[in-house]
Amino acid sequence: MDLLLDAVVTGVLLGCFYAAVSLGLSVAFGLLDVPHVAHPAFLVLASYAVFFLNERYGVDPLLAGLLITPLFFLFGLAAYRLYYETFERRGSDAGVRGIAFFFGIAFIIEVLIILQFGVDQRSVTATYVGKAWRIADTRIPFRLLVAFAVAAALTILLTLYLSRTFMGRAIRAVAQDQEALRLMGVNPIRIKQWAFGIATAVLGIAGALLIIVAPVEPTLDRTYIGRTFCVVVMAGLGSMTGTLVAAIILGVAETIVLTLFGASWAPAISFAMLLGVLAVRPQGLFGRRS
Amino acid sequence: MKRNGIFFWIGATLFLAAALLMTQVIGNQYPFFACYVILQFIVLAVAWSILGGYAGYVNFGTSAFFGMGVYTAVFLLKAFDAPLAAQIAAAAAVGALMGFALGLLTLRMQGIFFSIATIAATIVIETSITNWRYVGGSAGIQLQRPMVTEPFNNYVQMLFFIQALLVVLAVAISRYIQNSWIGRGLQAIKDDELAAECTGVPTLRLKLLACVISGALMCAAGAPAAMYLQYADPSSAFNLNYSVSVLAMSLIGGTAHWAGPVVGAILLGATQQLLTVTISSEVNVLVLGVMLVLFVVAAPEGIIGLIRRVLRNRSEGKE
Repeated sequence: MDLLLDAVVTGVLLGCFYAAVSLGLSVAFGLLDVPHVAHPAFLVLASYAVFFLNERYGVDPLLAGLLITPLFFLFGLAAYRLYYETFERRGSDAGVRGIAFFFGIAFIIEVLIILQFGVDQRSVTATYVGKAWRIADTRIPFRLLVAFAVAAALTILLTLYLSRTFMGRAIRAVAQDQEALRLMGVNPIRIKQWAFGIATAVLGIAGALLIIVAPVEPTLDRTYIGRTFCVVVMAGLGSMTGTLVAAIILGVAETIVLTLFGASWAPAISFAMLLGVLAVRPQGLFGRRS
Repeated sequence: MKRNGIFFWIGATLFLAAALLMTQVIGNQYPFFACYVILQFIVLAVAWSILGGYAGYVNFGTSAFFGMGVYTAVFLLKAFDAPLAAQIAAAAAVGALMGFALGLLTLRMQGIFFSIATIAATIVIETSITNWRYVGGSAGIQLQRPMVTEPFNNYVQMLFFIQALLVVLAVAISRYIQNSWIGRGLQAIKDDELAAECTGVPTLRLKLLACVISGALMCAAGAPAAMYLQYADPSSAFNLNYSVSVLAMSLIGGTAHWAGPVVGAILLGATQQLLTVTISSEVNVLVLGVMLVLFVVAAPEGIIGLIRRVLRNRSEGKE
C-alpha cells in the first residue's frame, strides 16, 4: 500500500513533467494540425544545448533553458515557414509527406547529436540534482520537485497566454476557422508561424527539465514520441488543462506499472494508452471536436 | 498490356536465373551479404507501397511486421526445429493476421492518426517480445544454422536466392494489383474515401485485402533475417529505422507505379550498404534523413514522377 502511495505521488510529479514536454506539441499538433513527429527530437536537441552550456560554462540548467528559448523560437519560425512553403501551400497530401518530412528531420537531428556528443548518456550538474526530500517514508527527489514546479508554472503561463492575450486568442481562432480569420483581414499564416515559434520556444525550458529529471541519450526522442503524442491525443487536441490532466494520468499509470511489473514494461505504457485512446475515444478526454 | 506482361515475366525469369547463376559462380561471400539486404528492402518497400502507395494509408509499423517475421522464425526454430520454408510460410500467415488487425484499425483512423497508431502498435509488440523469456528476452538469442541444401554450397547464398524469389513474388503481386480493379479501387480510396464508398467501391474489403497482402509479404521478408544474422534481439528486429527506411525508399522511388519502390530500394539500399562499409552506420542514418527530406520537399512524386515528367515534356516537344 505504501509502495502504491509512493508510486502515485511520484506519478503525479512525473506527470507534470510530461505535461511540460507535451505543451509544445499540444499547440503544434493540437491547434495547428502540424504532424510534428520531430517534436521529441527538438526536445532532446534542447537538452543537449543545455548540457553543452552547463558543462562548458557551468550555467545552471534552468537558466540555460531560458537562454536557449529565444533561439528555439527563431528555429520554430523557420521550421514552420519551410513546412508551410513545401506542404500546406501545395495543399494535397500534406499529412502523408508532412509526417515523412518530420521523421527525416528527427533522424537528421539524432545523427547530428551523435556525431557531436557521442552515444553516451549525458547529465547536468546543479545543486538540486541528486538530493531528495523526505516526508515520513516517502522520498521525493528534488529534481522531480523542480520539474514539477517549473512544469506547473509553464502550463499556467501558456494557458493564460492562449486565453488572455490578443496573440493567444488569435492562435486559437486560427485553429477554429482559418478562412474566417482571413476574411477579418488577418494573415492566418503569420499567426500560425508565431504559434509554432511559441511551441518550439517552450521546448527550451522543457529540454532543461528533461535533462534534470534523468540523463539523456541521442535516441531518447523515440520513447518520447509515444509519451508526447499519448498526452496530446488523450487530452483532446489543443486543450492545455487537458494536457496537464492527461499527462498526470500517464505519469501515474507509468509509475504504477513500473512498481508492479518492473521497468521492462514501462516503454509500452504510453503507446498502449495511445492506442486505446485512438481506438475508443479519438477526440480525447477534453476534445474540441466531436 | 499483354506484351508488357510477357516482357515482365521474361525479365523476372532472367532475374532469377541470374541470381541462381551468381550463387554458382561467385565464391566470395560478401556480395551475397550485401545484396541480400537490398533484396530484403525491395520486398519491404514493394509490400509497403501496396497499402501506403496505392491506398494512401501511411504505415509506420513496417518494423513491427519485419520483427514479427524474425521472431516467428526464431520461435519455430527453437520449438520445432522447423525448416526455413515452414518458417517463411508461418511468418506470412502471422503477417496476414496482423495485417487484418491493421485493416480493422483503418475503420476508426485515417491520416496521421493511423500512422501514429501503427508506431504505437510497434512499440507495444516490441515490449511484449522483450518480456518473452522463451525467445531470448531483451538480451537476444543466438541461432545455429542447419546444413545447407543442394544446389547451394553456402547458407547465405541460399537465403539470397530465397529473398530473390520473394522479390519476384512481391513485385508480381504489386503489379497485378496495380493493373486490376483492386488497384483502381485503392486509388479511389486514396483520392476520396467517402466518395469511393458512395459510388459503390467496397472500401473496407479492399483495405483489408491490401493490409493482409502487405503484412504477409513484410513478415515473410523478415523471416529469413533470423538465419541471416544467426542472432535476433528485439531492439534491432523492431528498429524504427526499418519503418523510416522503407518509407523513404518508397517515397524516393515514387508510389504511383510498382517500379517506384523497387528503384528506390535499390538506390537507397545500395547507398546505405556502401556508406556502412566505407564510413559508418551513423552517417548512413544521416543520409537517409537528408534524402527523405530532400525528396519529400523537392520531388514529391519521386524518381518515377521525375521520369514521367521528362517523358511527357519530350513527347510534347515532338508534337
